[in-house]
Amino acid sequence: MQISEAWLRSYVNPAISTEDLVEQLTMAGLEVDSVEPAAAKFSGVVVGEVLSMQQHPDADRLRVCQVAVGEEEPLQIVCGASNVRVGLKIPAALIGSVLPGDFKIKKSKLRGEESFGMLCSEKELGLAADANGLMELAIDAPVGVDFREYLALDDSIIELDLTPNRADCLSVEGLAREVAVLNKMDWLTTQAGNIPVSHQDALTVSVEAPEACPRYLGRLIKDVNAKAVTPLWMQERLRRSGLRSLGPLVDVTNYVLLELGQPLHVFDAEKLSGGITVRWAKTDECVTLLNNQVIKLDQDALVIADDKQALALAGIMGGNDSAVNDQTQTVFLECAFFSPQNIAGKARRFGLHTDSSHRFERGVDATLQARAIERATQLIVDIAGGGAGPITEVTAKAALPQRQPVFLRRLRIETMLGVALADELVADIFQRLGMTVQSQADGWQIIPPGFRFDIAIEADLIEELARVYGYNNLPNCSLLMRSELSQATEAVLDIDRVKDLLVDRGYQEAITYSFVDEEIQRAVAPETEVIRLKNPISSELAVMRTTLWCGLLKAALYNTNRQQNRVRLFETGLRFIKKDGATHQQKMLAGLVLGDAYSEQWGEKPRKIDFFDIKADIQAIFALTGCGIQFSSAQHSALHPGQTAEILSPDRENIGWLGMLHPNLEKQLGFDTQVFLFELDQDLLLNKRIPVFRSLSKYPSVRRDLALIVKEDVSASELIDCIKSSAEAALQDVNIFDIYRGKGVEEGSKSVALSLIMQVDTQTLTDSEIDAIVSRLLTLLDNEMNAKLRD
Amino acid sequence: MSAILEEILAQALQELAAVNDLNQLDKVRVHYLGKKGLFTQRMKELGSLDPEQRRSAGQIINQAKDQFQQHLEACKERLEDVALAERLASERIDVTLPGRGQTVAGLHPVTTTLRRISRIFASVGFKVVEGPEIEDDYHNFEALNIPAHHPARAMHDTFYFDAHTVLRTHTSPVQIRTMESEKPPLKVIAPGRVYRCDSDITHTPMFHQVEGFLVDADVSFADLKGVIYEFLRAFFEKNIQVRFRPSYFPFTEPSAEVDIECVICNGEGCRVCSQTGWLEVMGCGMIHPEVFKAVNIDSEKYSGFAFGMGVERLAMLRYGINDLRLFFENDLKFLEQFN
Repeated sequence: MQISEAWLRSYVNPAISTEDLVEQLTMAGLEVDSVEPAAAKFSGVVVGEVLSMQQHPDADRLRVCQVAVGEEEPLQIVCGASNVRVGLKIPAALIGSVLPGDFKIKKSKLRGEESFGMLCSEKELGLAADANGLMELAIDAPVGVDFREYLALDDSIIELDLTPNRADCLSVEGLAREVAVLNKMDWLTTQAGNIPVSHQDALTVSVEAPEACPRYLGRLIKDVNAKAVTPLWMQERLRRSGLRSLGPLVDVTNYVLLELGQPLHVFDAEKLSGGITVRWAKTDECVTLLNNQVIKLDQDALVIADDKQALALAGIMGGNDSAVNDQTQTVFLECAFFSPQNIAGKARRFGLHTDSSHRFERGVDATLQARAIERATQLIVDIAGGGAGPITEVTAKAALPQRQPVFLRRLRIETMLGVALADELVADIFQRLGMTVQSQADGWQIIPPGFRFDIAIEADLIEELARVYGYNNLPNCSLLMRSELSQATEAVLDIDRVKDLLVDRGYQEAITYSFVDEEIQRAVAPETEVIRLKNPISSELAVMRTTLWCGLLKAALYNTNRQQNRVRLFETGLRFIKKDGATHQQKMLAGLVLGDAYSEQWGEKPRKIDFFDIKADIQAIFALTGCGIQFSSAQHSALHPGQTAEILSPDRENIGWLGMLHPNLEKQLGFDTQVFLFELDQDLLLNKRIPVFRSLSKYPSVRRDLALIVKEDVSASELIDCIKSSAEAALQDVNIFDIYRGKGVEEGSKSVALSLIMQVDTQTLTDSEIDAIVSRLLTLLDNEMNAKLRD
Repeated sequence: MSAILEEILAQALQELAAVNDLNQLDKVRVHYLGKKGLFTQRMKELGSLDPEQRRSAGQIINQAKDQFQQHLEACKERLEDVALAERLASERIDVTLPGRGQTVAGLHPVTTTLRRISRIFASVGFKVVEGPEIEDDYHNFEALNIPAHHPARAMHDTFYFDAHTVLRTHTSPVQIRTMESEKPPLKVIAPGRVYRCDSDITHTPMFHQVEGFLVDADVSFADLKGVIYEFLRAFFEKNIQVRFRPSYFPFTEPSAEVDIECVICNGEGCRVCSQTGWLEVMGCGMIHPEVFKAVNIDSEKYSGFAFGMGVERLAMLRYGINDLRLFFENDLKFLEQFN
């Protein structure tokens, strides 16, 4: 909401600067977003009057005017505006004045006719974005008076960003009440006397939904002049609140809305058939709103209807069919209280948000309607003339919001705020806030006023005290509380350790969106069911990722498209899997690598990364947990069929995948180099083995190397598993240190060089013992793997 | 000394003088002192002399041999010095060339910021808890005192899966989940990803928050203020000004927004703080009795505070980052600045 500072100060005028006033509001929880001058900078403009006017001899569009500006002689000013006419009062910029945009007015000649100034439009004065002609001032505007002074333009527009609980401050009166509380001052309420009734015509009003509309007031005002001009002071206040003048009838309802916080509506009475009914809409009933939007209603939409049709969406927006225009002569003025529960969410459902719905869904004072309708009537009659009829009121008392008393315990103030407040201060704050205060032995019984919808429990009262007392005047305590020693779980590795390891191994951490492009998702995991957002931001962010690869691939492309030819990324986060109708949110760790193994450097020959570079990184991660894992050759729809490993736990549970992106996908996604990917389940990955000590042998270890000829399809891990399965007590370690193919080895076979480390705790192994072990192993390898010792 | 020996010695010394590597030196040594060496042969010939002559002749040979050996040692030392000097010269490298192998990368600035926040709170016993990102309406809204159609829902542009399932709009549901399963006293922080259906120059549809809360007997607003004060000063490593402004969140009462003195202009007023000198960094308040009711905690016996902060916002202020969207583009040129 935005409001003129001068308007606010007309109610309560503390002797503090604009800056301090704004600070005060902000620190009371009424956050000020901005303060802007009410008008752009200009000077030297006065109220002028066109005394006479002649056609310019050499230009069809120009007139030569004599303009009174409060000096002895009128000035000759040439003007091209279409609405210039004798008797018109206008802002006149004199020679030497400076208009917005640093535009200096000088004496000039227009097509040979001298001009001593300029007549101005609202646009030229920076008061409007565009204009149709000269700004027309009131007939009684005092000629020669400085224009800024005349319109009180040296004012500030204060824009507030109010929280939803403070509907009471969505009006100048509401803000004035707060300013008065904060400055311990009194304030003036708007005076609205009872307008004498000049005729007895009225429309019948029937409220069929009293729970949604506990109070409805209406009256007919006849013989209004809808073409009357809204006075400039009102136009200006509306303008400073961001509203355009739309004719006196609508302007008055907008003005009272800003002034008192009560939304009103005017219907063109001649367009109504029969009486007014407030009722729930019928299914599929339609209404064309003032913004020309046609909406189809259902039974939980509240409408204002006549005998024929729905006219308006109650408390949200009026309808086209009953709208006032400049031909209107009789209006039906509506002033109602709609209950917040029944308005809340309705406007949003139809994609609407109006000044009226904004207030009704947060809560309008249910005691305000009588005063507001009188005030609006008075303003309409003052501006547009006409005569008011009697007010028809339908009130369902039982449905009106009841303000329950709330008890505040004295001791609770100190418990909650950490400071005790004096009784007098407490009572004073509540009274100034408009509450009914009854003092009791151990606290206060408080009844909140009708305009406060946010005071229901003790904590609400404590907040009010703290707010007015000043949050920053409350003490700060150093945290003293019971502490417990924290757990140090050793069987679960901290993911941060793994992230640090990857960083140390040259991986940059990425964070990508959890929702991804369905196209990439489908390319990477075509068989996996996806979880789809109902209202995505865009089709590129429409489904929840079932693998972190989606985001990493996109991030990698972003970088390769920007001349990065070496990318190493990892990410941690959830993936979202739908399985048997249930949603599984699994914590994953994934990585992507492409380009050279090392950044270009003088000491290493450039070499593309390969599977085993990434495998070493994965093995390094598992070295942190000490848990044995297996890499098993497998198939994955996103990966190269010959370079894919499934990573298995000791009990053969899938921990994750490692492999090269399938060449088809590589091409489809737009990479021009091989891409390697891995993804691991964090919960399985982080199982850590707690070490158990084994005594150290005093005797030396012995190494024997074997070169074994095996068929190509025998994998390294099969050989090692076979040796380990021998259960030779002396065998400490097995390591593959070379693979050879070529001369001396038959086609289809390979030579695998292994080292065996042997040691026992009780003695130095003798040659014959060692030979016996090796011989048993060779027999086993021959039997199981058909492995022969190479000659 | 016999003329022959003098001649041998003279010749030997001459040969030594001509030697310029250790190989040649060894050859010379063998030529004179080896099994068939000239000095050795002279010694062998002593046997044919009578004992009288043998002694004096032996002395003479030994003198000559000693002399030769001294020269030999000196020559060896000289050659070794030369060889070492040559080796040192040949092994000279340019130590300013870069080191070899893999370079170290870095963590995302959001992670770095999260870690710092967690570390500060962990130091006073806060425990880190996580929660689901696909969340039900109850935990994201209802239990936090935000019923359907509450105007506060308009402040959360929510991503929906269906009428009851959303992407969490804040980390506050973790507060509910923790209080459902654990009893006070509680000191918890809950970092994580949150989602709002909003995307422009100052909003990304995903960002990070840290929720924190503390529940115990007799926790007051003053305790909340103290913790936030100390946290912000620890985070920015500076005695910055902090102020608390009344605000509104359905799940806290009283509620506050926390501003810090602008760290860009030190409170003087700049573009970042819209000339106000203050920056909004977090929301907080005393946990609302309705929230306690939803998790069956007696609000007469216990009270507590909760706070929530945007991690990207804090990271931007800490590192001077001027565009939120950079966080999720994952441009290496951006990420590597934080290594």
